[in-house]
Amino acid sequence: MSITYLEAIREAQAHALRDDPRVFIYGQDVGAFGGAFKATKNLAREFPGRVLDSPISEDAMVGLAVGAAIEGLRPIIEMQFADFSTVGFNQIVNQAATLFWRTQVSCPITVRLPFGGTSGSGPFHSQSLEAIYAHYPGLIVLTPATVEDAYSMLLAAVAIDDPVIFCEHKLLYYHLKSEKLPSEALPVGKARIAREGRDLTIVTYSAMVHEALAAAAELATEGWEIEVVDLRSIKPLDTDTVIASVARTGRLLCVGEAWPWGGVTAEVVARVTAEGYGLLDAPPQRLNAKDTPVPYHPNLWAAHRPTSRSVAAAARNLLRT
Amino acid sequence: MLHTVSGPGSAGHVGSTAAAPLVAYRIMLRARLLDDKFAALSRAGKIHGGVFLGRGQEALSVAVGVSLDKSDVFAPLIRDAAGRLAFGEPLIDAVRTYLGSALGPMRGRDGNVHRGYPREGLLPMISHLGAMVSVVNGVLFARRMKGITGCVGVACLGEGATSTGAFHEALNQAAVEKLPLILVVANNQFAYSTPNSRQFACASLADKAVGYGVESHSVDGTDFAGCLETLSSAVNRARTGHGPQLVVANLLRLCGHGEHDDAHYIPTEIKNSPLGRDCLKVAEKFLLEHNYVGADMFIGWRNEAIREIEAAVAQVLREAAPDPFAEEWTAISSKYLMEGHAS
Ligand SMILES: Cc1ncc(C[n+]2csc(CCOP(=O)(O)OP(=O)(O)O)c2C)c(N)n1
Repeated sequence: MSITYLEAIREAQAHALRDDPRVFIYGQDVGAFGGAFKATKNLAREFPGRVLDSPISEDAMVGLAVGAAIEGLRPIIEMQFADFSTVGFNQIVNQAATLFWRTQVSCPITVRLPFGGTSGSGPFHSQSLEAIYAHYPGLIVLTPATVEDAYSMLLAAVAIDDPVIFCEHKLLYYHLKSEKLPSEALPVGKARIAREGRDLTIVTYSAMVHEALAAAAELATEGWEIEVVDLRSIKPLDTDTVIASVARTGRLLCVGEAWPWGGVTAEVVARVTAEGYGLLDAPPQRLNAKDTPVPYHPNLWAAHRPTSRSVAAAARNLLRT
Repeated sequence: MLHTVSGPGSAGHVGSTAAAPLVAYRIMLRARLLDDKFAALSRAGKIHGGVFLGRGQEALSVAVGVSLDKSDVFAPLIRDAAGRLAFGEPLIDAVRTYLGSALGPMRGRDGNVHRGYPREGLLPMISHLGAMVSVVNGVLFARRMKGITGCVGVACLGEGATSTGAFHEALNQAAVEKLPLILVVANNQFAYSTPNSRQFACASLADKAVGYGVESHSVDGTDFAGCLETLSSAVNRARTGHGPQLVVANLLRLCGHGEHDDAHYIPTEIKNSPLGRDCLKVAEKFLLEHNYVGADMFIGWRNEAIREIEAAVAQVLREAAPDPFAEEWTAISSKYLMEGHAS
C-alpha cells in the first residue's frame, strides 16, 4: 500500500478529528464534496457536524476561526487555494497573529494553504505566499516537502497553540508517495538534511526540495557532492542547521519557488552572511521564480520557476567561483 | 421577517426591572464624565496617541450593555464607553489602557479603546473596521458546537464600517449559520469626515437586512427609552432563536472623530436638527417626566461619578509604566517555537 502527500493530509485531519473533540474543519466545499482537492474526502460523513462548508468569505472564515479558538476550539481552515487567502489576509495577520501578544489568550488555528505552481494553473491558482505570512510576528509557517512531513507537521500544527500557516504544495499532492505514515518525526522548527554532501549547500523547502535533490543527483554524476537542506519550517527558521551545513561546504545556494524580492531565500542569505560570513568560500547565491505573475502555458511556467536543470546550472556556476 | 421602526420609547417596556432605566442612566452619566476626563487628560498631554469619545452615543451604547448577560459576547467599538461599563468592564480598565498602565488588561501593548478580555466575552477590537463581527460569529459558533445555548453576541459598528467587505462577509455568514448575533450600527452621519451621501446609497441601512435574510430594527439613537426598548427586543429575538438582528440607530456624534478633530465638517443644520439632541439630556427628561427620579438626584450621581473617576485616574497615574527590559518581545505563546530556539 502506498499513500500520497494529499492522502497524508487527509489522514492527519482524520486523526486530529478523531483524537481531539476541539478540532473542526471549515472551508469552501470541504463538507460532503470533500474539498476541491479531496483533502477532506469522507470526513464530513465520518465526523458529522465537524467538517463544514463555508460561504466564499475568506475574511469571515478566518474571523470565525479566531472566535472559535478564543472559545477553546482548534479550527482547521482550508483555503481553496493559497492565492485566495489574501482575501482573509487581514484576519490572519491582524486578528489571529496579534491576539496572544495583546491579550495573553492564545490563538490555535491552522490555516491550510494549497499553494505553489502546477502547469496550467496560471497567475491566480499558483502563488507561493509563505514569505508574506512569515513576515508578520505571531505566525508559525510550515512548508512540508515529504509525505511524512505533510502528515506529522499537520498534526503538530493543530496541536500548536499559535496560528499556523500550513503551506501544502499542490504539485506534490498526487505524485509524491510513501509506503506508510510515520510514527515519529523531527520536531517542528528543525530543518532536515535531505542529502549529505561536502561541496555546496542547497537550502530550500517544499516542492523545490525535489528539484534540488534531482539537481544533486545530476551533479553527482559530474563528481560533485551536494548537500540539500530541507527547511521544513519557514518560521521559525532553523538557522543553526543551515550554518552548520555551510560550515561543512563553504558554498550556499538558496532555492525558492516564490518571487525573488525579499522572501525566504533572501532571509537565509542574510542570516548566513551575518552569522557565518567567515564560513563562505564564495558569495552566497539565490535562485527564485521570475519577477512576474505565474504564467499559464507549460512552456512559460517551466521557465518561470526553478527546476532541477536551472538549480544544477546555478550550482555549477557557484562551484566554479 | 421582522423589520421594526421604533417611534419614541415609552415607559414600562424599558428593561426587565422598574429600576432598569435608572441603572442605564447612571452608567451613561459615568461614561460621559469618563470621556470628559479623557478629553481633559488629552489636552493636558497625559495620553499617548488617540482619544476617541462616545459623546452623543451613550443611550445606544448603554442599551446594548444592559441588554446583555455576563455570559454573552460583546465586541464594542470606539464609541462604547457606556456599553462597556454596562457589560461589566471595570472603569479602571479604560483609565489604565488610556494611560498605558502595566496593570491594565493590555499592559501598554495596546491602548485607548483596544481593550478587553476575550475569554470573558469582552472582545478587544482591532482597528480594522468590520473585522470583529466574524470573531463574534466564531465565539457563538463554537459555543453552539460545545452545546452551550441561550447566549447571544453583539458587534457594534459605525455606518462607515457597513461599507467594508468584512461586514458583508460576516453578516452573511451569521445569517447562513443562523447565529444569535446582534449587529448594532450607530449611524452618526459621518465616518470621520465622510458624509452618508458618500458612504452608501440605500434609503436606510436597515434595508440591507432584507438582502441578508435577517431581521432589522431602526431606532432614533438619541431616544433613551427607544434605545432601551429596541435593544432589549432585538437581543430577545436573537436569544429566542430568530437568528441575526440588524439594529440601526440614527444619531450624531457630539464630538470630533477623535480629540484631534474639531468636526468642522458637520453642518450647523444637522447639529440643530433632532439628530443632534444630547441623549443624556433626553434621558434626564424622560426620567423626570416618568417620575423615576427627582431633579435633585442628578447632581449627587454626577458628583459620585466624578469622585470615582478622579480616584481611578489618581491611582493609575501612580502605577508603573510597562518596562521594555522586562518585555519578552515575542508574539507567540509557544516559546519553543521562537525564532532562534530550534534545537
Ligand atoms: C478597514 C479600516 N479602514 C480605515 C480605517 C480608519 N478609520 C478609523 S475610524 C474611521 C471612520 C469610521 O466611521 P464609522 O464606521 O462610521 O464609525 P464612527 O467613527 O462614525 O463611529 C476610519 C475611516 C479603519 N480603522 N479601518
